[in-house]
Amino acid sequence: MIRIEARPQPSAVMAYATPVLAVVLTMIFGGALFAALGKDPLQAIATIFWEPIFGEFAFFYRPQLLIKGAPLVLIAIGLALGFRAGIWNIGAEGQYIVGAICGAGVGLAFYPTESVLIFPLMVLAGALGGWAWAMIPAVLKVRFGTNEILVSLMLVYVAEQLLASMSLGLLKNPEGFGFPGSRNLQQYPSAHNAEIIAGTGMHWGVVAALIAVIFAYVLLTWHRLGFAIRVTGEAPRAAKFGGVNPGRLVLFCLGTSGLLAGLAGMFEVAGPAGQISIDFNVGYGFTAIIVAFLGRLNPLGIVAAGLLMALTYIGGDIAQSQLGLPAAAIQVFQGMLLFFLLALDLLTNYCVRFGRAEVA
Amino acid sequence: MDLSSINPILLIAAMIAAATPILLAAIGELVVERAGVLNLGVEGMMITGAVCGFIIAVNTGSPTVGFLAAAVGGAVLSLLFAFLTQVALANQVASGLALTLFGLGLSSLMGQSYVGIKPPRAEATPLGPLADIPVIGPIIFGHDLMVYLGLGIVAGTWAVLKFTRMGLILRAVGENHDAAHALGYKVKRIRTLAILFGGACAGLGGAYISLIRVPQWTEGMTAGVGWIALALVVFASWKPWRVLLGAYLFGGITQLQLNLQGAGVAIPVEYLAMSPYIVTIIVLVILSADKSRAPGSLGRTFHASG
Repeated sequence: MIRIEARPQPSAVMAYATPVLAVVLTMIFGGALFAALGKDPLQAIATIFWEPIFGEFAFFYRPQLLIKGAPLVLIAIGLALGFRAGIWNIGAEGQYIVGAICGAGVGLAFYPTESVLIFPLMVLAGALGGWAWAMIPAVLKVRFGTNEILVSLMLVYVAEQLLASMSLGLLKNPEGFGFPGSRNLQQYPSAHNAEIIAGTGMHWGVVAALIAVIFAYVLLTWHRLGFAIRVTGEAPRAAKFGGVNPGRLVLFCLGTSGLLAGLAGMFEVAGPAGQISIDFNVGYGFTAIIVAFLGRLNPLGIVAAGLLMALTYIGGDIAQSQLGLPAAAIQVFQGMLLFFLLALDLLTNYCVRFGRAEVA
Repeated sequence: MDLSSINPILLIAAMIAAATPILLAAIGELVVERAGVLNLGVEGMMITGAVCGFIIAVNTGSPTVGFLAAAVGGAVLSLLFAFLTQVALANQVASGLALTLFGLGLSSLMGQSYVGIKPPRAEATPLGPLADIPVIGPIIFGHDLMVYLGLGIVAGTWAVLKFTRMGLILRAVGENHDAAHALGYKVKRIRTLAILFGGACAGLGGAYISLIRVPQWTEGMTAGVGWIALALVVFASWKPWRVLLGAYLFGGITQLQLNLQGAGVAIPVEYLAMSPYIVTIIVLVILSADKSRAPGSLGRTFHASG
């Protein structure tokens, strides 16, 4: 007979052990999946996790780790703040898109003027765009009690249509021979989010991600607001009696996560992606949810989780071209990771005992 | 612009068909939520049902077998959610999101070699001369079996919840799981069964999109219908007949904007395509003032020793 008993205190050991355990289990089950697809599981796992960092072409893939990791960390940090307080922003993908549209829009409005002020203005516009898009569910939640999960998600689909409209209409490259998509910002020096140190993948988005991590860490550890977030998540009623204003918290958490997602989108469109196009968004906003949980909603954990997730993206690309592993297999792999994380969380808050059940 | 190209009778008939996938998914989720569980994985279960149904229907040549497979596929995926939330006591919001992310990946993996294939056609229900009645015929009697099955499930759900002991127990578990447990009901078992029912319904809804509405397989083809279904349950204040009303409303808007796109209205296609999502948000805002109808234990984890 197996019994599950609540622990008086969450286990500190398990809090660190479960993410590692989840990754190991995902590798085992992912390997089984790859084997079922007719690929050598060990080779596939090695290609995904080893090749990008230590393989023959690692010099090419290592910078990618920062390029792919930065938006994931930036978005996940914001989401984690809300998740801790029980405020569920799952529309980061939409805020990411709107941030990119606003950032690119400001940049393109100045084309072809050159000035050092253009890039900071774009950063501001991107942040504001993401913030404003997240304020829609926030204000509706505070004012009308509307479910923020559904509204933020619906707005992802609206943002995707807006993106399509922009790349076919307003922001379309007038010299693009009728192809959809904006001008390439990489060829517009004032608006280009170039690498700060060439060949490292280190662009301004990475800097922003690091600042966000430090900011979130300080906020959660030392600031009163961080305390309010933690209390609200763990005991909403106690937080209310403690004088926490839940409405203001919703506005802050959704606003911050939208702002960071908008920044991520803006840095992406001005740098690695280069242009607004219909398929600009690749799901970072959704993968960031996995990153936030894998990092245990802890800023430092999120950095590690973001890099690991970036690794699966890069390794997945390599496995796709070298082994013919379908792109969707990596998506399943990432989904599995979230499953194992959530299931293993049981071990943090409960202990599993073997033996006969006591008669109550 | 040529609005006269829209035939109102065909439009209403198409609206009913467009509402069916939303209706199926929403009525399943309604039962799950009445049992006190919030499963945000509807989108994932729908798309899994869509791909399972499509693959089986193509391989067997029978849409009926395809629909059965879709129900099984959706239910199997929901079993994962049941395990996470009922056995591993994981957070329901996070688990539901995980289910959606996983289902989207799994479905595109399963469906890769089926892109561009035409599924076997589902026959219209042989209601004989009824379908030939002018106006009413094509609107009410010209549909495939799944439309009527959807209506049947709504009626059945309403009757079971309202009149049977089973429905009473289910509602008790949803309203107050501690009290239900004290009365000796198996809270987790009942919830798991409700989750399975929700999964099967979502699977059917997904397969309706891939086998009848579109009909072909493309990645991510459910495009948020699962999330609209979730919103619909709130809209319906957890009442079966209002789910039907809501589904027809949303199905109607979806179909109407498609017809307007076809008729070449001066509004850009992208803005028309946004409309179902924006309307969902507006309706949610109007209706979210009244939360009194929500099941008391909705979204809360149950653990007997705690």
